[in-house]
Amino acid sequence: MDSALHVNQLVMTYGKGKVTALNDISFDVERGELFGLIGPDGAGKTTLFRLLTSLLIPDSGTAHVDGFDIVKDYKEIRRRVGYMPGRFSLYQDLTIEENLNFFARVFKTTIEENYDLIRDIYVQIEPFKKRRAGKLSGGMKQKLALCCALIHKPSILFLDEPTTGVDPVSRKEFWEMLKRLKERQITILVSTPYMDEAALCDRIALMQSGKILSIASPVQTLANYEHLLYAVRADGMYRLLNDLRAAPFTERCYAFGESHHLLPAYPNLSESDVRNYLDEKNYTNLEIEQITPGIEDVFMALLEKGSEEVA
Amino acid sequence: MQLLLTFIAKEFKHILRDKRTLLILFGLPIVQILLFGFALTNEVKNSRIAILDHSTDEMTLQIANRLSASAYFDVDRMLQREEEIDAVFRRDEVKMVIVFPSNFRETLLHTHKADIQLIIDGSDPNTATSILNYATAIINDYQESLQGNPSLPLTITTETRMLYNPQLKGSYNFVPGVIALILMLVCVLMTSVAIVREKELGTMEVLLVSPMRPAILIIAKMVPYLVLSFVIVGIILVMGVTLLDVPIRGSLPLLLGESLLFILTCLAIGLLISNFTRTQQTAMLITLLGMMMPTLVFSGFMFPIENMPIPLQLISNAIPSKWYFYVVQAIMIKGLHIESIWRETLILTGMTLFFLLVSLKKFSIRLT
Repeated sequence: MDSALHVNQLVMTYGKGKVTALNDISFDVERGELFGLIGPDGAGKTTLFRLLTSLLIPDSGTAHVDGFDIVKDYKEIRRRVGYMPGRFSLYQDLTIEENLNFFARVFKTTIEENYDLIRDIYVQIEPFKKRRAGKLSGGMKQKLALCCALIHKPSILFLDEPTTGVDPVSRKEFWEMLKRLKERQITILVSTPYMDEAALCDRIALMQSGKILSIASPVQTLANYEHLLYAVRADGMYRLLNDLRAAPFTERCYAFGESHHLLPAYPNLSESDVRNYLDEKNYTNLEIEQITPGIEDVFMALLEKGSEEVA
Repeated sequence: MQLLLTFIAKEFKHILRDKRTLLILFGLPIVQILLFGFALTNEVKNSRIAILDHSTDEMTLQIANRLSASAYFDVDRMLQREEEIDAVFRRDEVKMVIVFPSNFRETLLHTHKADIQLIIDGSDPNTATSILNYATAIINDYQESLQGNPSLPLTITTETRMLYNPQLKGSYNFVPGVIALILMLVCVLMTSVAIVREKELGTMEVLLVSPMRPAILIIAKMVPYLVLSFVIVGIILVMGVTLLDVPIRGSLPLLLGESLLFILTCLAIGLLISNFTRTQQTAMLITLLGMMMPTLVFSGFMFPIENMPIPLQLISNAIPSKWYFYVVQAIMIKGLHIESIWRETLILTGMTLFFLLVSLKKFSIRLT
């Protein structure tokens, strides 16, 4: 068992089997890997985290963390993993310093002992160390929570949506910290609803309705998806979306930021074909551009395919 | 051990930083003692009375003096005519009018029999009964003091003799009651809420994914409330003794020891509740309905258990505060020693161990 995480056919249901949270999940995570779980709310990401941190017992299937069984060896697992739940879970009425000290003690260590591991992150919140955790901004709370999860030098770090509700600048900083932790050979399993963060992981698993739709590196994910894609923009975006969806050459069309992404039904559709079709409908400021698909485009396609299969 | 101290320190910080709760914790016993002691009492103090004396002899004056000398009555006025009686009651100026017939002394000495009429405002039956009792007691007392003639019969003869509490002092009853009630509130409610709060805020999730042992968490939650409740018991006792003249006739160490035992019982119950609840609100509701109500009803603090139907009497045996209430009364008021209350002590100890074991066993090491 050399992988940091070995998950084998995990099944988890709630309410006596009424709701399936995880449906036959299997994957491996290598040591020192930054592994991302991407998927919409309700995909089963949090359930997976709780299973792997020994907080829940699976209905069937096995999983090993650092070589230890999540049911039998829960004590070992609890000693060596760092866990940051999706909700801010520190003591709001204790200060930054008190929270960190407390969790260091719980893991029978001290801040000084592992200071080098958290230094980069801690220096950013240290000026406020006398402030109570409840009075911190979202970004600072996450940094503190990360410090607390790291204070005992875990071999695997479980981060459940650490950047949800955090401003873009703090999000960027947070991911830079994860990169640095990875350099220290800490395995990181991180979930996020943000597609743009997926590109920063070594490998990503796309989850939906308790299933993993694909696992691959971001580059690979893109390589596996070679499709012609157009970005279309004009005045009257809502009418444009409806018209494009009604067009005979459209496989799929969805709003993407300031333009609509158009996936043609056949590979030889040219830009002028689209333009000719739209010119008949009197659009002003029409712009059409061929683009290379991003991670998010791939996920939109996969998610749609996934929900078709589920249905 | 060091971990335990860290945990306890953390719990104290939680409590001390929550100023509002702290204020309630210490304010409540003080307010309750003052309320029960001075405001919500059906004891009679300085009730205004009037006297209509048709005789005005040596004896009627003596009786009137005795009444007004007591702490219960103030003779507000002397009436002259029968018609005035109705008027003073209507204006709510007095609670009782005492009417002596003419030639009271002569009648009594010659016929060995005389009447005194007590007219009492019956709109509040509780107060009326107290007034009646006090007044007859004073009159009987006077009758006995007429030396040489102990059997001189007066019309009003009521046999009222109260063991341990001759003046029917309510405070003898409610000081032990308030202690039981407050300990129930502080220990059961606060411990259960303190643990459930960790579940609700998600910190339990983080704590579980750590090498921490459940016992440490549980002990750490209990210690601060144990200290706190002990201080509160002290406050109530001091207030009871100084402000309300409640005696501590038995041994103080024994009283404190029994209180400690009851505190542990309550903490164990609080722990048990926290094991079965997920939100602070549920924990609070269960404590209030499941613990406070039975304490009020079944401890004997408000309603005498002997007067209840047998099934209810049996139920009352399951209420820990009943036993504690009995023990406190026995030590404080009756001055009894451990020989007389070892049975109750044993029952409380058994309950405590039972609750502790169940809750330690039921403590979930995972999310359920």
